[in-house]
Amino acid sequence: MYSKEHIKYLKKIKIDKIIILSIQVFLIILFIGLWQILANYNLINTFVTSSPIRVLKTTINLYQTNNLFQHIFTTIYETVISFSLATLIGIIIATILWWNKFISRVLDPYLIILNSIPKVALGPIIIIWIGAKTSSIIVMALLISVIVTIINVLNGFNKTDSSKIRLMKSLGATKFQTFFKLVLPSSFNNIISALKINVSMSLIGVITGEFLVSKKGIGYLIMYGSQVFNLDLVITGIVILAIVSAIMYYIVYYIEIKLIKND
Amino acid sequence: MNKILNIENLKKIYHTKQGEILAIDNFSFNLYEGEFVSIVGPSGCGKSTILSILCGLEDISEGTIRFNNNSTIGYMLQQDSLFNWRTIMENCLLGLEIKNELTKENKQYVLNLLNTYGLGDFINNYPSSLSGGMRQRAALIRTLATKPDILLLDEPFSALDYQTRLAVSDDVYNIIKKEGKSVIMVTHDISEAISMADRIIVLTSRPGTVKSIHNIELSNKSTPIENRKAKEFAYYYDLIWKEIDYHV
Ligand SMILES: Nc1ncnc2c1ncn2[C@@H]1O[C@H](COP(=O)(O)OP(=O)(O)OP(=O)(O)O)[C@@H](O)[C@H]1O
Ligand SMILES: [Mg+2]
Repeated sequence: MYSKEHIKYLKKIKIDKIIILSIQVFLIILFIGLWQILANYNLINTFVTSSPIRVLKTTINLYQTNNLFQHIFTTIYETVISFSLATLIGIIIATILWWNKFISRVLDPYLIILNSIPKVALGPIIIIWIGAKTSSIIVMALLISVIVTIINVLNGFNKTDSSKIRLMKSLGATKFQTFFKLVLPSSFNNIISALKINVSMSLIGVITGEFLVSKKGIGYLIMYGSQVFNLDLVITGIVILAIVSAIMYYIVYYIEIKLIKND
Repeated sequence: MNKILNIENLKKIYHTKQGEILAIDNFSFNLYEGEFVSIVGPSGCGKSTILSILCGLEDISEGTIRFNNNSTIGYMLQQDSLFNWRTIMENCLLGLEIKNELTKENKQYVLNLLNTYGLGDFINNYPSSLSGGMRQRAALIRTLATKPDILLLDEPFSALDYQTRLAVSDDVYNIIKKEGKSVIMVTHDISEAISMADRIIVLTSRPGTVKSIHNIELSNKSTPIENRKAKEFAYYYDLIWKEIDYHV
């Protein structure tokens, strides 16, 4: 049984939580409501700003005629593929760089340059080299996410507690054993957070790729909408993208909470 | 008594971009079987370097090191370095795993150690649920698991608070004596050295070389905490304290 004070404390936490959630819900309703009211009274030009009802209609229309879910799944599929590839390739390259300090030092400036150059600039080349197809979108997304993954994961590897490394050496561990028994497991949390960043990076890459090429996907909807000056479609695309990325974020967030072990 | 380790004219130079550091020069000494030797000296005089060299973490620049009868080494550091993703049992099996010696007998040996030394109820716990003293005991058992003949302890208690430290040093001492190991312990705590060691080596400031060696002969020698009450204690403390060049 808790003391009175503790019950009061728990209650306060609960009330705070409810208040915050209520305000959050209120704000989104206020925003949508205001948007609709302004549109109804023609205070904003709905041709440019669209309106919640028009977004809803466009969504239903897309669903009925234009395979809404095909677009959504195309984007998700491309994101998952590039996320997985970036994770795999990123961890492998980070491992090689950890393993061989010499290679790591040689490649260091190139990594920094590759990381700082805006990858969109490479878009045109990718399209010419690979062609206007799904693989260019994935390569685009990979470029954006893999370098960050390498840098974050390698940082984690290099932060391994030096006294634990000494311990492994004093026990006569090979580099292979040190990596798999110490470095990799101790970077576990770090890798998981790198993956979290990776998901949003991959999505950015996929949408950028879809802007450049493609006939499917949420990025395509937004781009196509803007080209034919159908801003209902553009804004609907953005709303769908917001929802999809929020869902993806929460899935990873949930996995993170499940997997990350607290010390 | 049998000589178990013999070091002659050891010299160690560290090379860094800033220049070279002569850490150890002309260091010679013998360790005998079952003996507990403590090395004391001012900060930075090369105490840890000697242990690192003995367990193969550093190369030597000059001199010879001879282990007699193929005696093996166990190394224990200031940090317990337990892996928090492994249970206590798994942590203690680390050395055997690395050496590919995970036999049934060896596992049983580790289990017996854990049971004997009060960690039997915790073998499936993770290190985070153990107190500082228990963690250090687990680290010692991890070191003992590979049955080393010589234990090298580098300030094994300095991460613990004073009260725990006294209790844990008693603990560790008893375990080591029961298991009949030879020990080299580095410390900068003179009282700790006197209360535990049979011999104390005082090093000069860097480059570390032997300044003096003291045989510690206490009346009613027993456990470290009891030894602190011996009447010779203050005498040795004074003697050794004056020999160490503390730069204030
Ligand atoms: N890896 C290294 N590279 C370069 N210099 C080193 C290295 N390790 C130690 N040294 C230097 O060698 C000297 C001896 O270091 P060591 O750690 O052996 O001293 P110590 O007696 O254990 O000191 P402390 O009491 O502070 O633990 C110091 O001057 C230190 O700066
Ligand atoms: Mg030291």
